[in-house]
Amino acid sequence: MNDADHSGDGGSMLELKNISFTVSDEENRDKEIIKDISLTLEDDKFIAITGPNGGGKSTLAKIIVGIEKPTSGQIIWNGQDITNLSISERADLGISFAFQQPVRFKGITVFDLIKLAAGHQISRSEACEYLSEVGLCARDYVNREVDASLSGGEIKRIEIATILARGTKLSIFDEPEAGIDLWSFQNLIQVFEKMRSDIKGSILIISHQERILRIADEIIVIADGEVLEHEKAEEFLPKLLNDTESKDESCHCWKKGGC
Amino acid sequence: MDIKIDPIQMHLLEEVSGLHEIPAGAYNIRANGKGIARNSSANIDIIPKDNGTGIDIKIKPGTKHESVHIPVVLSEAGLTEVVYNDFYIGEGADVTIVAGCGIHNGGKKNSQHDGIHRFYIGENARVRYVEKHYGSGEGTGERIMNPQTIVEIGKNGYMEMDTAQIKGVDSTKRLTKAKLAEGATFTVMERLMTHGKQYAESEFEVDLDGDDSGAHIVSRSVAKDSSSQIFISKIHGNAKCSGHSECDAIIVGDAKISAIPEITADCSDASLIHEAAIGKIAGEQIIKLMTLGLTEEEAEEQIINGFLK
Repeated sequence: MNDADHSGDGGSMLELKNISFTVSDEENRDKEIIKDISLTLEDDKFIAITGPNGGGKSTLAKIIVGIEKPTSGQIIWNGQDITNLSISERADLGISFAFQQPVRFKGITVFDLIKLAAGHQISRSEACEYLSEVGLCARDYVNREVDASLSGGEIKRIEIATILARGTKLSIFDEPEAGIDLWSFQNLIQVFEKMRSDIKGSILIISHQERILRIADEIIVIADGEVLEHEKAEEFLPKLLNDTESKDESCHCWKKGGC
Repeated sequence: MDIKIDPIQMHLLEEVSGLHEIPAGAYNIRANGKGIARNSSANIDIIPKDNGTGIDIKIKPGTKHESVHIPVVLSEAGLTEVVYNDFYIGEGADVTIVAGCGIHNGGKKNSQHDGIHRFYIGENARVRYVEKHYGSGEGTGERIMNPQTIVEIGKNGYMEMDTAQIKGVDSTKRLTKAKLAEGATFTVMERLMTHGKQYAESEFEVDLDGDDSGAHIVSRSVAKDSSSQIFISKIHGNAKCSGHSECDAIIVGDAKISAIPEITADCSDASLIHEAAIGKIAGEQIIKLMTLGLTEEEAEEQIINGFLK
């Protein structure tokens, strides 16, 4: 593992210490989803997590947010142990999470949801600004219900708008590009860049998209529940590209002992 | 007009009809078994029935954009009444009718209001009917309401019924019956919440008799604590028509809910759909709102408020 240097003076916002997460399958056999992961995420960084499906990326994000409790290990947020804090308490401290498959609600409007995300009374025009940022014509959407009538792409962008409205120190996105069409993909990259300059917090994105990896400061590769790589993007990307040029394009080797 | 309304009655009036003062247009306010204020307008006549059991509301053909308010409040414990209100809506009229019943029971005896509303809707007439039920008071006596809505809609007529019972009614048995002629439309949005040991039953029976008639019935309900609810909807398609009923219910605590939808096509061109879903609040909905900083209780409240909005 070729770890980036995290011992520098940049404040470490989030520290994962020896996180493991084990579940039991139907036959009561233990399955280790996350295996003793330790990571340090610094302030004001754009970090991309990538790696094969089923490797534990989403689970790790859910452990940070508090949706899943680690079987062992500690989560430290700006020096405070938050391992036993609830989802709401972590949200209050400044952790946001955009779901890979956003949740739908009957009767709750887009405006309601953005207002709840902002955490205080906001005007309709403020809510509309967030919607415009994710490329939705605000007037058409603000009064719509966040229910099954929205398409996958629409609800995905609304999910991102709720994260913009929160504007917290850490924003985690689980595959934000999934289900978004090409036009808004470009828009999406701009959203992240703007978000970074506006909020001055860290962004953690789970993604398979090279274009997202390209705008990251650091890239973490997770496979089989372990961190395979954690490097600065400028060191990681050339390797990835060389790799895909020289060999079969679809087949980057993400196994610990090599393929 | 000299009207005496005490603060409790005023509160009930506000809850069931949103009224803060005597409304404009036609109205009839009934308190503790007696009509206490009544006003007809140029196009809307409100006439008490001879035997004192209710009122007839006659709306002239072509009356547009007028409203009728007929709230009922009961603040005396132990009062039981059955009231018949009949609405005759002339051809081509377009009106809003706001009914509603509020019971405050501070005593030991049961208070009960059974309102039977019959609507005769003329050709091409449009009616928006809003009905709210509310109960309050610390008394041990039950607050009981058994409303019936009987509707006949003429050719190309339209009725939209918006009914809500969110708080404080201990026992309710609702019956809504509709008969639709050619091209007529009947849509219902029912919202119901029960808590404690409350019981609510809501039954719909719709006859789609005319070609191109349509009914759309949506019921959303939340049953909390150890309350129980039964939803029954029967739609008969007797012509080339379309009918849809949807019951969506959330269980909180140990509540019990039954949904019994029934659709019958007596005509091969009838197109009928029913949907019914009962369950707890989806865990992921609570989790999503918690990631926005709400506590679990706040998240639950938001979800229920939105659902019943």
